[in-house]
Amino acid sequence: MAEVEESSKRMFAGLSDISISEDIPVEGDISVPVRSQNADDDFSTLDEPVKDTILRDLRAVGQKFVHVLYPKKSSALLKDWDLWGPLLLCVTLALMLQGGSADSGDDGRPQFAEVFVIIWFGSVIITLNSKLLGGTISFFQSLCVLGYCILPLTVAMIVCRIVLLGSISSISFVVRLIVVTASFCWSTFASTAFLADSQPANRKALVVYPVFLFYFVIGWMILTFSPSP
Amino acid sequence: MSASQGSRSTSTEPWGSFENNIIMQGSGSAVIDMENMDDTSGSSFEDMGEMHQRMKEEEEVTAEAAAAEEEDSGEDGDFLGVKGLKGQLGRQVADEVWQAGKRQASKAFNLYANIDILRPYFDVEPIQVRNRLIESLIPVRMINFPQKVAGELYGPMMLVFTMVAILLHGMKTSGTVIREGTLMGTAIGTCFGYWLGVSSFIYFLAYLCNAQITMLQMLSLLGYGLFGHCTVLFITYNVHFHSLFYILWLVIGGLSTLRMVAVLISRTVGPSPRLILCGTLAALHMLFLLYLHFAYHKMVEGILDTLEGPNIPPIQRVARDVPIVANAVVNATIKSIAAVVQSQ
Repeated sequence: MAEVEESSKRMFAGLSDISISEDIPVEGDISVPVRSQNADDDFSTLDEPVKDTILRDLRAVGQKFVHVLYPKKSSALLKDWDLWGPLLLCVTLALMLQGGSADSGDDGRPQFAEVFVIIWFGSVIITLNSKLLGGTISFFQSLCVLGYCILPLTVAMIVCRIVLLGSISSISFVVRLIVVTASFCWSTFASTAFLADSQPANRKALVVYPVFLFYFVIGWMILTFSPSP
Repeated sequence: MSASQGSRSTSTEPWGSFENNIIMQGSGSAVIDMENMDDTSGSSFEDMGEMHQRMKEEEEVTAEAAAAEEEDSGEDGDFLGVKGLKGQLGRQVADEVWQAGKRQASKAFNLYANIDILRPYFDVEPIQVRNRLIESLIPVRMINFPQKVAGELYGPMMLVFTMVAILLHGMKTSGTVIREGTLMGTAIGTCFGYWLGVSSFIYFLAYLCNAQITMLQMLSLLGYGLFGHCTVLFITYNVHFHSLFYILWLVIGGLSTLRMVAVLISRTVGPSPRLILCGTLAALHMLFLLYLHFAYHKMVEGILDTLEGPNIPPIQRVARDVPIVANAVVNATIKSIAAVVQSQ
């Protein structure tokens, strides 16, 4: 026994700064510091005031908005994905597109649930499509990118609403058409800048087309919106 | 014992056994596959899985050590035993919660695996899709031996979604009023219902008539046949001429139907099975285009009248019947002619 202990001590002689006792296996000792770090992290974010948490999340969302408005080849949207921004944009768009009257003959206006479902299921289908075509982007990252790129269309919706507050004429229609077309192109271009990098080079067109259709449908819903008289 | 320890340390360095332990630990830590599925993601979902795996192993190890200790100190009194029991219970509960979560994650992983089943059907290049779209309007000449049908699902799915978008456009510009349901739901239901339902029905008939075609090929064939429908609807929802629609219906609809019929004929033996199968498909395909035009797009010639009004929005949601509109157009024409004659 003493010989065994001596031989093990000789084996570990070069590592005398790591204090390992022979009873406890190596695995347990190595993972303990990692565990305590995680526990500290959990407690620190639980203990901070709610205002700090909300402001931090809002700042992250705002930063991603800026990245969408000026689409450069950055990976900020991809690295820390979050779904707060898409949820905010989707709810805003759906609220503004909602019709007012409950049972008039004018039922063709999209309801809140319709817009919500279109946006989320459309994003899911585009994500599945890009994964099936061999994309390297993860599911939630793709949802995040598609949701954030609705921002130009939401801005166009706000502009259309303001234009419609004025006179309703063919001039306003032309203005709205230009604004919606520009924002639709911007959305498609922005999401392509993020998504197309993750695809093999010869299949970019196959991934871009459904994105184009998706934003086209949303843009069409915005363009054909007319407020209740 | 010394011999075994010596054998473990016979790697090059005197502390070789330490390295062996780490390798053993690595292979024992059985990382879940799904973590490696999405390779470039930095998302927290996969990281949580890894952290939990490490925590669980560490918990197992300390649980074993604690159990060993408890066995030694169990005789020291009830107090220590109870404390040890509570700790053990807490650990077991945490373990069970983790197991439940892992089971759910495995189910999600199986969902991903199901998507992988569809992966070979989406293995296409843009050039191939473009060629197949054009070929869907060109009937084949040779019907004596089976024609090749591409078994791919990307093109058909994109065509169905395009048709949904075009239908939506048509419904909105014509002021279709859907009482029970929504515009979007109706458009999606119609297009997907046609694609999946008619494909299944024709596949069933093909099974009865002994035709050599698989379900995937039928889905693909009918999906590409919708390309003709998409072009006709796109043109006629924007240019409102009935005669133009009939011409396009016959020409483009007919070409696309002929292509599908020729492919089916080449894969069926015997005159009456061929007749049944191809007659059904031709009837359904042509009638569907007719239905789409007339059910979801009533002519809105009232727009030409109302654009002169000051406060009317240009896209007016007014559904009008064709005879009334025809009357209105005739009246307006006669009035304008009368005005011109009077001014002279």
